[in-house]
Amino acid sequence: MRGLPPVAITAMVFVAGFALCTAQFPNFASTRVAANLLTDNAFLGIVATGMTFVIISGGIDLSVGSVIGFTTVFVALAIERLGVPPLVAFAAILLLCAAFGAAMGAIIHVFDMPPFIVTLAGMFLARGASFLMSTESTPITAPLYSTVSDFALRLPGGGRLTAIALIMLAVVAAGAALLHFTRFGANVYALGGSRATTALMGIPVGSMTVRIYMLSSVLAGLAGIVFSFYTAAGYSLSAVGVELDSIAAVVIGGTLLTGGQGSVAGTLLGVLIQGLIQTYINFDGTLSSWWTKIVTGILLFAFIALQQAMLGIASRAGPRKAGVLKS
Amino acid sequence: MNASSDPGSALLEVRGLSKSFGTLRALQEVDFTLRAGEIHALLGENGAGKSTLIKTVTGVFPRDTGIVRLGGAEVAPRSAKAAVDAGIATVYQEVNLLLNLSVAQNLYLGRQPTRFGLVREAEMRRRAAELLAEFDLHIDVAEPLGNYSVAVQHITAIARAVDQSARVLILDEPTASLDRHEVEILFAVMRKLALRGIGVIFVTHFLDQVYEICDRITVLRNGRLIGERETAELPRIELIRMMLGRELAGTTSERAAAKVRQAGEVCARFEGYGKVGCVAPFNLALRRGEVIGLAGLLGSGRTETARLVFGAERADSGSATVEGKPVRLQSPRDAVAHGFGYCPEERKTEGIIADLTVRENIVLALQAKRGLTKPLSRAEQEGIAIRFIRLLDIRPPEPERPIGLLSGGNQQKVLLARWLATAPRLLVLDEPTRGIDVGAHAEIIRLIRELCDDGLALLVISSELDEIVTYSDRVIVLRDRAHIDELEGEAIDVSNVLAAIAATGTAGAEAGQA
Ligand SMILES: Nc1ncnc2c1ncn2[C@@H]1O[C@H](COP(=O)(O)OP(=O)(O)OP(=O)(O)O)[C@@H](O)[C@H]1O
Ligand SMILES: [Mg+2]
Repeated sequence: MRGLPPVAITAMVFVAGFALCTAQFPNFASTRVAANLLTDNAFLGIVATGMTFVIISGGIDLSVGSVIGFTTVFVALAIERLGVPPLVAFAAILLLCAAFGAAMGAIIHVFDMPPFIVTLAGMFLARGASFLMSTESTPITAPLYSTVSDFALRLPGGGRLTAIALIMLAVVAAGAALLHFTRFGANVYALGGSRATTALMGIPVGSMTVRIYMLSSVLAGLAGIVFSFYTAAGYSLSAVGVELDSIAAVVIGGTLLTGGQGSVAGTLLGVLIQGLIQTYINFDGTLSSWWTKIVTGILLFAFIALQQAMLGIASRAGPRKAGVLKS
Repeated sequence: MNASSDPGSALLEVRGLSKSFGTLRALQEVDFTLRAGEIHALLGENGAGKSTLIKTVTGVFPRDTGIVRLGGAEVAPRSAKAAVDAGIATVYQEVNLLLNLSVAQNLYLGRQPTRFGLVREAEMRRRAAELLAEFDLHIDVAEPLGNYSVAVQHITAIARAVDQSARVLILDEPTASLDRHEVEILFAVMRKLALRGIGVIFVTHFLDQVYEICDRITVLRNGRLIGERETAELPRIELIRMMLGRELAGTTSERAAAKVRQAGEVCARFEGYGKVGCVAPFNLALRRGEVIGLAGLLGSGRTETARLVFGAERADSGSATVEGKPVRLQSPRDAVAHGFGYCPEERKTEGIIADLTVRENIVLALQAKRGLTKPLSRAEQEGIAIRFIRLLDIRPPEPERPIGLLSGGNQQKVLLARWLATAPRLLVLDEPTRGIDVGAHAEIIRLIRELCDDGLALLVISSELDEIVTYSDRVIVLRDRAHIDELEGEAIDVSNVLAAIAATGTAGAEAGQA
């Protein structure tokens, strides 16, 4: 299937990493560690799923970290200051995010601007707006928040699969289905192959672009809600740099940074690898948590080099298969 | 799918269509009429405006003036999608395909069979295989399209359009990379569609094909309509005069008055050269001033031979010598360093860098060969560009125009110029005249002869036997990935080459009089 070989490598890296941790820390291989891995990285898994669509379509979305930050502040203020019921606040912020993403997609398409520039502007805009609303961390005390954080599926061995981990797994599963099994998904790959050709093949390129960025922003909003559950607070400085973490997860997951190839499953593995490094550091106790960034950087570099090498081999691979023409 | 109009009635009418790109008037008040159930050739020189007419009618370009009627009702599609929805399916010249998607996805993108919103992958593959079987193509449709040859990619694009053509099918140079057998299959499909009452517009530079399949002909020149005729009533000489606006100097199919040229000394020699699964070991000596033609069916090992010679494929047996010295050709870079040049068949899709100007595209390979430390001065670049623009009659003759804005055939000429500019010792040309109009075709063949007189060794692959016979000093015939025969001097003529290809009567004689 598309993108399988790089995903296989990502999976091997993950398994090897897990084995390494287990060898070093005897109680590492437990459902508790595994469940925490999912919980701690729930918001990252959700944004990275959206980012996968954007990157496969040949774009990039730098605004997602700021959208998460904006969302946490918006939700916290709406619930705590204005007394809005949490579910109403969630619906409102998701609609707002949808409009924000749609606007970025429309600008990218209509003015034929590089996504990099447009979403960079979106990043400053969203971050700036969250500072305007509040510069302080606002704790959220609504009852729904404690209900949700108390909820968990108990796993044998003491692990707790939390609500936010479940939301993340659901998003990843739905994202995978959308990308791999629908017309929308096929069009995303097509756009990453070539925009001009996709248009000549009769795909509405404009509305696809709008919908892809809309999806990314909505998932960033959802990630923001999940983040607010995770920290039980809204803070305008939260999730700074998460756009880069999620791009890293997507690329480590085997998606081509230039678009046209990739998978959601790979992205989940990419997220988990980053989480694994962080967990290792926590277990060790003496290492600085910045090692996460350093190891992620090395992995990122290795994966991009690998992709280039594989592309090189593919283009050298010699005569294209001739069709079997029966005469 | 339904023949909505009676055969013979006007199906697609274009009236007074004009289109300008800036100051360039690509189409001026063009009229065009396609009848239901006919196959209609749209002809003209490179840059005449054929592709522009197609794109303007199908809404890829907005039109300046004019109207288009389909089955009597006015239509004005604003995008390729709108044209398809109205019943007009098109294969554009720059072939609309996505190499990263599977063959099946390419055939059904945007119209995949679905159930509850999910694509029915198995059903889609089954249909794709069926659709391609109509074209006698039996391949794994789940593989990415990029894994297949250019010919297969073209057939896939054509099959998609054929499957979508409800009323009109437009094919812009679809046969440029198909071999004789594939062309015949395509023609059979076109005839079948015409019988159903679908109108087919067919753009090509192969006049034989025009006379073989088209009912009527419309000729454009410099963006203007020159005339519309019944094929049966238009002699070939007259057609060429309409296209060029002048007589064609000399005919190309006469073997250039066997002027016995002094074949120079051997400049490159390959002995027992081959690669398992690619081409069986062969001996090949290339002499200065000599043209060697490689003839054979598609997949017979012609392109593979060229790739081995150029180092794009690593030989696993035999040895190579250049000017008497043994060399190792591990990569195209080695080959370039030894003064080899290779103009590949896929140049149409892969060779051009659309945003660079004609001048920059021409000097690209030369600059790469000289290395970054010895840049060509602007004046040198211009000199080279202007020389080749004149030699190859590249139009419009503006070195500073981005190549992406040239017509398809003129882009081809620029790519040819790129390799010629490197003044190589040995040049390999894979299908050098594909997509090039009759006038320029003769020019290129003349140029090939001239280059050889200057001491260049040429290895030319072509499916046009007439053409190969015209310029080759030796013809090597390939079959089933092995060199099976070699013709020299007087022995070179179309029937001998055909006989050699079909020698044991196996691999069909459908190489035809291509
Ligand atoms: N997008 C564009 N922008 C500017 N000029 C263009 C553009 N497309 C085509 N042209 C110009 O319009 C003229 C007609 O080009 P067109 O592609 O229609 O020729 P054609 O008849 O299809 O030729 P060929 O046989 O080489 O494909 C050419 O002079 C070309 O340079
Ligand atoms: Mg054209």
